[in-house]
Amino acid sequence: MHEHMKPTPLPNKFFTPTVVLILMIAINGLIFLALRFFFGIGAVTNLDNQHPWGIWIGIDVAAGVALAAGGFTTAALGHIIHREHYHVITRPALLTALLGYTFVAISVGVDLGRYYDIWHPLIMWNGNSALFEVGICVMIYLTVLYIEFLPIVTERFIGKVNLPGALSKLNKSVDKLLRALDRGLDKTMFIFIIAGVVLSCLHQSSLGTLMVIAGPKMHPLWQTPVLPLLFLLSAIAVGFPMVIMESLIASKSFGLKPEMDVLSRLGRIVAPLLGIYLAFKIGDMFIRETFVYLTDFTLESVMFSIEIIIGVVIPLRMFLSEEVRNSRSLILTASFLVIFGVFLNRLNNFLIAYTPPYAQNGYFPSIGEISVTLGFIAIEILLYRLIVKNFPVIAVPVKQTSPKTKYSIRGI
Amino acid sequence: MAKQSRRNFLKTAAAVGATATGMSVLSPKKAEAAPENILSVDRMGVLVDTTVCIGCRRCEWACKQAHDLPAGNIESYNDEATFDKKRRPDDTALTVVNKYPTENKPHVPTYLKVQCMHCDKPACVSACIVGAFSKKENGSVVWDGSKCIGCRYCMVACPFQIPAFEFEKALEPKIMKCDFCFERTKEGKLPACVDICPVETLTYGKRSDLIQLAEERLKLYPDRYKNKIFGETEVGGTSWLYLASNDFQKMDFPKLGAAPAPGVSESIQHGIFAYFIPPVAFYALLGGIMYITKNKDKSEEE
Ligand code: SF4
Ligand code: SF4
Ligand code: SF4
Repeated sequence: MHEHMKPTPLPNKFFTPTVVLILMIAINGLIFLALRFFFGIGAVTNLDNQHPWGIWIGIDVAAGVALAAGGFTTAALGHIIHREHYHVITRPALLTALLGYTFVAISVGVDLGRYYDIWHPLIMWNGNSALFEVGICVMIYLTVLYIEFLPIVTERFIGKVNLPGALSKLNKSVDKLLRALDRGLDKTMFIFIIAGVVLSCLHQSSLGTLMVIAGPKMHPLWQTPVLPLLFLLSAIAVGFPMVIMESLIASKSFGLKPEMDVLSRLGRIVAPLLGIYLAFKIGDMFIRETFVYLTDFTLESVMFSIEIIIGVVIPLRMFLSEEVRNSRSLILTASFLVIFGVFLNRLNNFLIAYTPPYAQNGYFPSIGEISVTLGFIAIEILLYRLIVKNFPVIAVPVKQTSPKTKYSIRGI
Repeated sequence: MAKQSRRNFLKTAAAVGATATGMSVLSPKKAEAAPENILSVDRMGVLVDTTVCIGCRRCEWACKQAHDLPAGNIESYNDEATFDKKRRPDDTALTVVNKYPTENKPHVPTYLKVQCMHCDKPACVSACIVGAFSKKENGSVVWDGSKCIGCRYCMVACPFQIPAFEFEKALEPKIMKCDFCFERTKEGKLPACVDICPVETLTYGKRSDLIQLAEERLKLYPDRYKNKIFGETEVGGTSWLYLASNDFQKMDFPKLGAAPAPGVSESIQHGIFAYFIPPVAFYALLGGIMYITKNKDKSEEE
């Protein structure tokens, strides 16, 4: 390795025309968000007693958790199975997971009727509830993610602590403190990495258990006792495509050379993962003989087919091809399709498949719901940009081959 | 991390494992104790004989009165036009009466009172993230407003789509549903709707007695009724039971099997978390893999 890759804060300008556009979407979302808190959920959403959950749960939470799976899959690959060459992508993946989960938690808060009681599950337990398990796991995992991110913060400031004015006297001791923290984290980080993977597997699957209790209220194409397994497998399958997409888009946006060799290596793992997911999905369909529903032409059967064919089968075929994996645009397309497939799967499970018995009208998200959802995504993108500009997250080539510092390993 | 000594790794890993196992001994008991789910043999119920109901909707009025909901003038409940649309219980009315044609007697309509069924194995109790719902000893399924966080998972879970939410409220929105007049029955009073019913459509009593009563009626008047007690077995049995001369699905009752609604999800849940053994084992497995691959790396470097 002549060119050593080292995570570095990026020097680019924060504002570009695209960034301004995204900022406007974010502000629009915040306005509707304020309305929700002043006038209640009913004023902003199209939810009713037949449709208790809308896109804030189906997209922001369910799809959000699935699409943040890049964090734990890359952690498993890079740190547990210990594949060194993937280390360049673990930090960006960690950051996306961190932002993703933060906004999952915020979205839950927005959707809760009594958001100020969000801490209740900490002391009021119901071990029978799948939602309780999801809630607790996500809460702990979010903490773990922040701990995993800490070394990036200490690395940014160690030796560079520069407090303003009178506080500058403290510079030395703060620096000492950071170094101590850094050493402590270094020794114990593996505990958190493993915990992160275990917690992810738990809540990714429990998210699938959530809808099992809805029983016959859910369309048989999706309602199955193996939902937790399907959720877990699809989350694992979408992790790497998510990392590939982020990496390609970020490198384009910041004018860096894409990490094509790492990404196409990563792409090799995607096809088998998708294959396993597809096998279980199809197998389940045949065991429960639900394929009969595919022949009646309904919203459900169409959505199911799109989810399987466009979201799984086509990208599976694409990831099998070497040519696709080596081409920047093709691998990006294939990754998009996988992401779309899992996104649609969560949407289908939580909204399309849910057919309440007394619904007089269907559910379609209101302008307010859509605005808030888009707003949150916009804020996530802005924060990502802000953080990679100020913290060593994205790896860029550095000329002199310094001996591998401990940071290259320690930085998750 | 590469620098970390092997022994250190093992020590910490063992400590983590021990803590987790320790937790597993303590937690499940506590976790399962949260929602009270007492199925007393003496639990009460109501038998609704829809062939008797005259559709006066007095029960709707009495229910609102008993729960401090705006009830309006009792005369306004005679308005036939109310029956033009099928209504559902919501946050303004915990019970509603709907009108259906009767199969074998076209000129006499069937009136059907709807409210929470007070399931014996309630999905809402199993689902609620904080255990705000509980099945009481007398059969009532009640909601505890001091726990609820407003996640609305109970609404997703209930097979009868009963819990309603105050969507319009920005602060302290409540989950609203029939509470079997828990406060009244505690004082020895009848549920408000049972109390006011002028024609004895509603019979309040021990659930086991009610099933006997219903069976007798079915035997005595086989022409009057469809041979079915709705609620006897549905989703594991419900405290409220129905007799009718109509097919129940034709009156918008969901088609439900005898398996309790929370059965599958609870066994999955408990399978994944059997005393925390699977998660802890998985943790240990990953730790093992990490340890092996790291050492392999190291020996390659040396
Ligand atoms: S009918 Fe619904 S709300 Fe009532 S006890 Fe059963 S599950 Fe709970
Ligand atoms: S809305 Fe309240 S009662 Fe219903 S499941 Fe959530 S916390 Fe429990
Ligand atoms: S039992 Fe009480 S709460 Fe339930 S419908 Fe009758 S009056 Fe209303």
